[in-house]
Amino acid sequence: MKKAYLLLADGTLFEGKACGYEGQSIGEVVFNTGMAGYQEVLTDPSYYGQVVTMTYPLVGNYGINFEDYESHKSWVSGFIMRDICQYPSNWRSRHTLDHYLKSQKVVGLYGIDTRQLTRILRNNGVMNGIIYTEGYEPDEAAKQAMQEYLVKNAVKTVTSTQESICKADGETRYHIALLDFGVKYNIERELQSRGCEVTVLPGDSDPQEILSGNFDGVMLTNGPGDPAENVQIVANLNVLVESGIPIFGICLGHQLMALAIGAKTEKMRFGHRGVNHPVKDIDLDRTYITSQNHGYAVVKDSVDPAVARVRYVNLNDGSVEGIEHINRPVFTVQFHPEVCPGPMDTSFLFDKFLENIDKAKEGAPVCR
Amino acid sequence: MPLRTDIQKVMVLGSGPIVIGQAAEFDYAGTQACRALREEGLEVVLVNSNPATIMTDKAMADRVYIEPMTIDAVKAIIKKERPDSLLPNLGGQTGLNLAMELCEDGFLEEMGVKLLGANPDTIAKAEDRQIFKDTMEKIGEPCIASKVVHTVEDAIAFTEEIGLPVIIRPAYTLGGTGGGIAHTWDELKEIAATGIMYSRVDEILVEKDISGWKEIEYEVMRDRKGNAITICNMENVDPVGVHTGDSVVVAPSQTLCDKEYQMLRSSALKIITELGIEGGCNVQFALHPTSFEYAVIEVNPRVSRSSALASKATGYPIAKVTAKIAIGYGLDEIINAVTGKTYACFEPTIDYIVAKFPRWPFDKFVYADNSLGTQMKATGEVMAIAPSFEQAMMKSVRGAEIKLDSLVMPRLQKWTDDEVKAGVYRANDERLFVICEAFRRGLMTIEQVFDITKIDTWFLHGFMNIVDMEKELAACKTLDADLYLRAKKLGFLDKTIEAMSGQTIGDFRRLPVYKTVDTCAAEFDAETPYYYSTFDDENEVKPSDGRKKVLVLGSGPIRIGQGIEFDYCSVHSVWALKALGCETVIINNNPETVSTDFDTADRLYFEPLTPEDVTGVINAEKPDAAIVQFGGQTAINLAQHIEKLGVPILGTPAWSIDAAEDREKFDVILEKCGIPRPKGDTVMTEEEAVEVADRLGYPVLVRPSYVLGGQGMEIAFSEEDIREYMQVITRNKVENPVLVDKYMMGREIEVDAICDGDDILIPGIMEHFERAGVHSGDSISIYPSINIEQKHKDTIIRYTEALAKNLAVLGLVNIQFVLYNDEVFVIEVNPRSSRTVPYISKVTGVPMVDLATRCMFGEKLKDMGYGTGLYPESDYYAVKVPVFSFQKLRDLDTQLGPEMKSTGEVLGVSKSFKEALFKGLSGASYEMRKRKGAVMISVRPADKQEAVSIASRFEALGYELYATSGTANTLNRHMVATNVVYNAFEPDQHPNILDMIDNGEVDYVISTSIKGRHPELASVKIRRAAVEHAIPCLTAIDTANALLNCLESNMKIANCEMVDINTIR
Repeated sequence: MKKAYLLLADGTLFEGKACGYEGQSIGEVVFNTGMAGYQEVLTDPSYYGQVVTMTYPLVGNYGINFEDYESHKSWVSGFIMRDICQYPSNWRSRHTLDHYLKSQKVVGLYGIDTRQLTRILRNNGVMNGIIYTEGYEPDEAAKQAMQEYLVKNAVKTVTSTQESICKADGETRYHIALLDFGVKYNIERELQSRGCEVTVLPGDSDPQEILSGNFDGVMLTNGPGDPAENVQIVANLNVLVESGIPIFGICLGHQLMALAIGAKTEKMRFGHRGVNHPVKDIDLDRTYITSQNHGYAVVKDSVDPAVARVRYVNLNDGSVEGIEHINRPVFTVQFHPEVCPGPMDTSFLFDKFLENIDKAKEGAPVCR
Repeated sequence: MPLRTDIQKVMVLGSGPIVIGQAAEFDYAGTQACRALREEGLEVVLVNSNPATIMTDKAMADRVYIEPMTIDAVKAIIKKERPDSLLPNLGGQTGLNLAMELCEDGFLEEMGVKLLGANPDTIAKAEDRQIFKDTMEKIGEPCIASKVVHTVEDAIAFTEEIGLPVIIRPAYTLGGTGGGIAHTWDELKEIAATGIMYSRVDEILVEKDISGWKEIEYEVMRDRKGNAITICNMENVDPVGVHTGDSVVVAPSQTLCDKEYQMLRSSALKIITELGIEGGCNVQFALHPTSFEYAVIEVNPRVSRSSALASKATGYPIAKVTAKIAIGYGLDEIINAVTGKTYACFEPTIDYIVAKFPRWPFDKFVYADNSLGTQMKATGEVMAIAPSFEQAMMKSVRGAEIKLDSLVMPRLQKWTDDEVKAGVYRANDERLFVICEAFRRGLMTIEQVFDITKIDTWFLHGFMNIVDMEKELAACKTLDADLYLRAKKLGFLDKTIEAMSGQTIGDFRRLPVYKTVDTCAAEFDAETPYYYSTFDDENEVKPSDGRKKVLVLGSGPIRIGQGIEFDYCSVHSVWALKALGCETVIINNNPETVSTDFDTADRLYFEPLTPEDVTGVINAEKPDAAIVQFGGQTAINLAQHIEKLGVPILGTPAWSIDAAEDREKFDVILEKCGIPRPKGDTVMTEEEAVEVADRLGYPVLVRPSYVLGGQGMEIAFSEEDIREYMQVITRNKVENPVLVDKYMMGREIEVDAICDGDDILIPGIMEHFERAGVHSGDSISIYPSINIEQKHKDTIIRYTEALAKNLAVLGLVNIQFVLYNDEVFVIEVNPRSSRTVPYISKVTGVPMVDLATRCMFGEKLKDMGYGTGLYPESDYYAVKVPVFSFQKLRDLDTQLGPEMKSTGEVLGVSKSFKEALFKGLSGASYEMRKRKGAVMISVRPADKQEAVSIASRFEALGYELYATSGTANTLNRHMVATNVVYNAFEPDQHPNILDMIDNGEVDYVISTSIKGRHPELASVKIRRAAVEHAIPCLTAIDTANALLNCLESNMKIANCEMVDINTIR
């Protein structure tokens, strides 16, 4: 049994056991508090550049199946657990988690006190780290690289390079252009199940081409990295907003939209990663439990009330969870209504998007 | 939506006496609710017949009615108090059923009382099988193929459609009373008939058997705004087929992927939304193990046992939040007390695994049927928290106090391989250990056990890991640090590791560190110090604040003989210590209790109560002192260990506890004080026991020392009896000697006293209605006494003082006396709190635990304002009546004897003794309406003479009498006209006693016999038949007299004064 290690930027060293791929990997160390859903987490492109720690101690219990991938591969830079299950039990399980990590070249570490690690990240904020297997000890250059590491060119790395089409389930009622900043499959599935034909476009696609493509609406997806680095995309979104086409944005899509209408984003101390975050809809005085995965947030006071309003806020820390444009059929949310993993309480937002499209077609005011 | 302005005075309904299926969890829930309401400035009127609870404390509600939980009593209290609203969803099924009845007949509306938290439609949608099914169908949630029927014929007809096996579930019963799985047509007829009888509305559900599916539960909450959340989900280790109360349960689910988890979560939220519940709710699902198919099994539209478990498992206070929602608050307006910064509107996430292990009564009831099915049989449970399933399992098993410290059950080692293999097929309290034994011997693979039991292989792998570690330890040449640490992380105790490896642990021995239960997996800092142990490096225990720190030991799982009353005492001790300026630390592992609420003590350790686990806590906390006398035998057993660790025991010293239990030491003290006791001796073997009994003369009382609740205690009338008992008592192994005493059939008297070292205070002398021989916990107990002369009272006071001083009692002492031939004898002394402390504290107004705790800090009774000696007697009589759970325990003999059998108790309080007795019996559900107008009598020879007066009194009331031949002869000879029926050992002869009971032709059965216990005996069959048909069965002549007193008085609850105990002192 080989050992494996996590060295944090502050010098803390955790020693545990190796699983998954053997090697060395640098990333931003974050924690996820979901108690299930590791397969979705591993394949969510938003985790690009990050070493993910699961706070739930027993991971891999139900194995890996062929249906619950959220993209075609794993994007994490490393995966940390207290315990990894060698004998998964679930009727859909096809592989062990260990097998999957190996196949995806994800360096794994288990057998450490993940609660201790989580408390370090909570108290100090997310931190860079280097995860490595025994025999792959980092040299000074690697340690230096770890200290200087920044998740860069994130969207460019994860976005699709070519256009592709996902057919609607049943009759096609809408044509949706989906700007892929790191899309999770379930955004596509949610739209397809509602009669949308989804055209998946590279994240930096030309807005004019989209507008001339006879689409009913534009879907902005989740994705990794610092939103502010996507200068061209932000400019593109501005064009789309002004066109009046209905737009729905999720996570990074929400942050990019906020930038496009003049708001600012900031890095959070340790972000929100889990499936239990309460989000309040100010208009309806209702609170929903949401799935979240973000390390950046829209600065509350930066949203110009003349342009857009903050409709959703996080009940715990008051952070911005969603905005609505004042006079365009555009709304975005920081959380993940498409879930996978997480609670499905807000999937009605996809319906709202389609209602906005209906209204736009009729020339009626958008739904609130 | 803040506090509703139309609510000022709220009535809260408790759950009544503790019975199987409805235990301490409702004291915890009710107590939280009362506090939540009062902190909003609302006036609280509490009704609960159970005096052992914390919720019925004067401090918990403005008005406290310890009155029968019957419709008449509650109506009378509503008329008297005129509350504007009623909170029904925290008092278990009892509270909910009462509220439904009050609603159905329009009484609440008439009195202008609003039902909070639930409306009758909601309750009906969840509780009425057909409406529930229709509702589920409407919202597209799948149920199991089933049909509601009211007759056995319809049950058969429907079963012919869907095929056997089927499950029978009676409507409106708790813990599945009267239900079961029918595999054959005969079983179907029998179970359907029983179920119909137990249902309040003569209704059962016949349902397709889906045994073997995964059983998953969700605890959900909803507020008036429609915000709905899940607190946690739980997975039963035993699949569908074993009642969740009898299953090992883990939280969160372990074998569900996110899709399955969310599918069921969404379903649960859809259901709570459709039902319109405001507050907590429990939804049980069956999930097909190899598809996404699922079915909703059951919805409890109220706080339940599972919600208590979920609260303790996550740190989320479900009952408190339920109460706040009921009075108008939204989930988004209630602060999460654990973090102090976030809100109640979020879903807890945990970074550990929780295991619940049931506590069954089969160690006491060796002849009761120990198979597990749809009817719950456990009296209590323990919970354990750990980072791995294995460690959580091991902690919960050793914490259940079933004489096991690992998954090795020594008794099974004697089984043959075939017996072990066969054992795996039987779902009972031992199966888990049998499975491990099968793994240990290599008799079965994980897959084979799965095929038989349908226990998910994930859990079986966990058991296998533990067994593998046992083997590795046994095989290891040198026990090194690595192997040791791996064993610790799987939950092995040091002593188990040493025993299994045959080696001593070197200098690598480790003590645990402690992690915090914080509702959020460390995402936020927690304010509440609620800890569990792990074998990691980082310790989260917060530094102390410099106050004197006192450790209070809890009492572990609820079992017969050690119930909720000890939690009452532990909690009061914590409160008293806080008032004295101490920092309090509590260790307990019972998730149902108030003591394990995170805001009871300053620090809570959710840990097993074993020496090693307690050592870990003491090492982490370094308390200045410890208190053991309030935690029942569980805590007492740890006294010497704690003292050895250098922590002083406050109050009565450990040697005194030993002296009271050790026959020879105790005799020396009695002799010194000149106090007589029934003659007796100490024995170790069967032969010695026979010899001593011959010397004393029969009957004799036989019991092991160091036990509680008269466990293993029996009256022996013959040598044959002695031999049988000794074999039962020594079934495990004799560690402590067995006591054989002359049995004196006199009046039993009980005293609880407080001693400060100089003086004593006796709040009250209690007298038992039944003669000695019936365990004090099973006797009707009367305060103030009615039959004791002053000279005997003086003697009792003198003896109590002498014993308290000579045993160096500092704090509480409980003494039992017997009055025999005009002389007072001491039977037993317990230098600790007792079962009667809560009720006597309430009726007399003497805060016994508080005073006892202060005595330990040097305060003197004479300065405390309650005087010394015997406290002035109350103007009110309080009659404590025991309550049994016989319906749940098949084959258990119901005859009362020296071994305790009751699970709970109720109190009747009144200025007149007769009325107090009447209230007590009413509260204990003795039916007092004349129905068929017939009584069946079958008594042992010694009771025949007294049976004459009993029978003639029934005759005078117009009852027809039936008796078996011997009894009938006696009665007829004494001119009491009695019909003869054939006995149970003549089943082919008619009219037969069993037929008459089966057909419900009698109102009461009076049955006593020399010998009991064995389910094949005729007398036991008679008593079991009565229980199965819900016919009151009296097994002591004195109890029959008590009942007759009430029947003759022709009292009605409606005419009784409802007593607010806050006003009687």
